[in-house]
Amino acid sequence: MITAERKPLEEIIECIRPYDRILLVGCNECVTVCAAGGRKEVGLLASALRMAFMKEGRTLEITELTLERQCDPEYVEELVTMIDAADAVLSMACGCGVQEVARRYKNKPVYPAVNTKFMGASVSQGVWAERCQGCGDCILGLTGGICPVARCSKRLLNGPCGGSTSGKCEISDDVECAWQLIWDRMKELGIQDRYEEVMVAKDWRTSRDGGPRKIVREDLA
Amino acid sequence: MDKFEPVIVAFCCHYCAYTAADMAGSKRIPYPPNVKIVRVPCSGKVDAIHIMKALEKGADGVYVAGCLEGDCHFKKGNLNAAHRVEYVKKLLDETGIGGDRVEMVMMSAGMGEVFAQTATTITEKIRKLGPNPAKFPSNRKAASNE
Ligand code: SF4
Ligand code: SF4
Repeated sequence: MITAERKPLEEIIECIRPYDRILLVGCNECVTVCAAGGRKEVGLLASALRMAFMKEGRTLEITELTLERQCDPEYVEELVTMIDAADAVLSMACGCGVQEVARRYKNKPVYPAVNTKFMGASVSQGVWAERCQGCGDCILGLTGGICPVARCSKRLLNGPCGGSTSGKCEISDDVECAWQLIWDRMKELGIQDRYEEVMVAKDWRTSRDGGPRKIVREDLA
Repeated sequence: MDKFEPVIVAFCCHYCAYTAADMAGSKRIPYPPNVKIVRVPCSGKVDAIHIMKALEKGADGVYVAGCLEGDCHFKKGNLNAAHRVEYVKKLLDETGIGGDRVEMVMMSAGMGEVFAQTATTITEKIRKLGPNPAKFPSNRKAASNE
């Protein structure tokens, strides 16, 4: 999923200070799962903002709505009936959702209420960790299902580096060395011999280095 | 300010604090009428939004009363509640309302005295903190009339 975290309240308040009527829009997908911008977080943020403004002696009118998906035009269209009644939109979706709202409603200012972080997985209740950087040419098949691009601090394709100590990465004791994980997993699968094969330099043009990316499925488009 | 009577909402678990409140009643132990009790099936049923809404609608303080650690009828609802209260405290600090208006307390069903004592301590604490700054004078009146 795409993970996110709510921005500090102070930053959000500064963005919406000039306005009296806010349309606060959540998203029912990734940001709901990572507890950043689903219906619950929309409710909490709305309540916190109302109180923060009341404290200043102001009434902030907030309309709350959580869309099924904020990165799809079909769902963003649902805002059409309420957009005129708002001075600005505050979005709790990831950056993709915020931009979709901005694209559709050209004359309405849109502000992000969350910081979009990474593509990750749930490690345990309330903990998410980075797992993929969308490099566009997946090599998980060569690395035992553990991504060195997203999980090795140096993105080494032929690790580990000399800093790997007792399974931990040299940047911090809290970070597992991806290459130790890869080695352990290869051993588990009985494919250690593959580790000897030197991986050739990756062509990063499939990643962000090739500029903004797009997928076109001609049978669907 | 002299006349300020805080409105306090106490979310009380059916299996402990709510029964403790009953116990306080049958033992004729007085506690401040400022505390308005909301019975919940488990303190873990109390979500962050319930606490926020109570404050938004005019309460000056809120507390969640659950079972003693290890005694939750639903195993760890009280611990979940305690984590949520911590979360709300931080959010309220960020909001400028102040996280100290919200508390988590734990007691057993037999602790009538503790219930009354807690109600008194929290009422006095909120009285010192003064009215919830998110209240307009109009809804301040409405809240205390309820
Ligand atoms: S190799 Fe690339 S696509 Fe595969 S998980 Fe890693 S970053 Fe993602
Ligand atoms: S210690 Fe491991 S994860 Fe860290 S940079 Fe070196 S190889 Fe990568």
